[in-house]
Amino acid sequence: MPAYLKLDHIDKTFTRGSASTEVLKDINLTIDQGEYVSIIGHSGCGKSTLLNIVAGLTTTTMGCVLLEDREVNSPGPDRAVVFQNHSLLPWLTVYENVRLGVDKVFASSKNRSERDAWTMHNLNLVQMAHARDKRPAEISGGMKQRVGIARALAMEPKVLLLDEPFGALDALTRAHLQDSVMALHQKLGNTILMITHDVDEAVLLSDRIVMMTNGPSARIGEVLDVPLARPRKRLELSTNAAYLKCRLRVLEFLYERHRFVEAA
Amino acid sequence: MNMSAMKTAPVTSVPASSAPVVAMTPKRPPRMDTYIKAAKETAARVVPPLIVLALLMLFWELVCRRAGSTLPPPSRVYKETKELIFDPFFDHGGIDKGLFWHLSASLQRVAFGYSLAAVAGIALGTLVGQSIWAMRGLDPIFQVLRTIPPLAWLPLSLAAFRDGQPSAIFVIFITSIWPIIINTAVGIRNIPQDYRNVAAVVQLNPLEFFWKIMIPAAAPYIFTGLRIGIGLSWLAIVAAEMLIGGVGIGFFIWDAWNSSHISEIILALFYVGIIGFVLDRMIAGLAKIVTRGTALN
Repeated sequence: MPAYLKLDHIDKTFTRGSASTEVLKDINLTIDQGEYVSIIGHSGCGKSTLLNIVAGLTTTTMGCVLLEDREVNSPGPDRAVVFQNHSLLPWLTVYENVRLGVDKVFASSKNRSERDAWTMHNLNLVQMAHARDKRPAEISGGMKQRVGIARALAMEPKVLLLDEPFGALDALTRAHLQDSVMALHQKLGNTILMITHDVDEAVLLSDRIVMMTNGPSARIGEVLDVPLARPRKRLELSTNAAYLKCRLRVLEFLYERHRFVEAA
Repeated sequence: MNMSAMKTAPVTSVPASSAPVVAMTPKRPPRMDTYIKAAKETAARVVPPLIVLALLMLFWELVCRRAGSTLPPPSRVYKETKELIFDPFFDHGGIDKGLFWHLSASLQRVAFGYSLAAVAGIALGTLVGQSIWAMRGLDPIFQVLRTIPPLAWLPLSLAAFRDGQPSAIFVIFITSIWPIIINTAVGIRNIPQDYRNVAAVVQLNPLEFFWKIMIPAAAPYIFTGLRIGIGLSWLAIVAAEMLIGGVGIGFFIWDAWNSSHISEIILALFYVGIIGFVLDRMIAGLAKIVTRGTALN
């Protein structure tokens, strides 16, 4: 069976004038349908660049991204992104922010009332229907991120791309939102690619963890399978041997073998 | 710019009674209290400028009252312009009209010239903000042209249009377009990459991007330009009308000077000031509505 999402020999070099920096080198990764894959690495290792490449927001220097065996090299709703800073449009209400994508993606396949119902359905999925008429400035950071997730889900993406979606949130809100994302993944079976720098988050949420070496010329250092049954419970896992082992593996990778070098 | 007009009333209501009764959730403060509070707040904003105004009038009256003063005191201004104040709608033909007609003629010219400037300015500003080559080509020219004083354009436009009316409108246009172009361009250039990314993922087409992302995102900047522009056009129309003649508040002032009706000049200046202020507030109000409170003012 061909891979659902395939990153094929991706190189990325940023060129500015005569100076050029190689950010990513020879990235190969295949992701199956319904899989939850995290990419973890120190800041500056190019993991966000990699996600932007999959999203089509950045072009590759070499190699390509294949989604269901077709090359994708420009942004599109089949690879919806949940941005780190939510990126909701401040002049639109919560509802309108989600509706913007719905109207585009289902312009021909759904009529007005179906699009309205679909928008509300997705707001309900993230428990934000109550705030439909609020503007982003009037809701909390966690709520904004929920709306960001609803906006992405509402486009019915083939792959959901999460760019450090919980990075800007406090620890309690983050845990709450992680549980929500896990429940949504369980319910909808989305294929998810997530960028993170949080080891616990990666182990808790992922089926596989892709560990990146430090840049420049970052590569995939190691790919770790997380053999934990779903649904996962945060509290039970904290004493689970398999969980702890996975966590240790990632920590070892990040802090022993590929320690963050300040000057790099 | 900041008028701090958004002071919301604190909604604390303290039950004044100290009787030993069971505490209940405080009811909404009686309607009367809300009115009194609102009245107090209005008074706090309105009374200080009124006091200052009264003091200034008093000072003016005292200075200009003595014999031999070149300018009339406010009492005489009022006496001499009573007719103009209370009957702004008379029309004796020619330029012998009430102030309403003069002001509305001026406002019409401003409306024409300014609307054209707004449309052209936002379009050009978008072009310059969006395209690096348009910016490189046009920006230096704009920077030179915008320093030309409004009245310097008047002879040229009179030569081109051979008529006062379109010339005056052109002067308004050319005066107010620069701040609109420049602010729009800055606003467009400052659209966060995030919004562009969102638009790219949703796959908005260029037209949708313009209406749904660019204009709202740049709206606070655009309205800053529009406010500067309306102020400048009101400045320019009075000067331009002095030269082109005909009906209009500018020529009214010039005419009053030629017939030594100093009081009428003062009255006209008062109206010019008030209308300039109202125009500015109108654009600010529009900005507030359109940008839903995210404007920079």
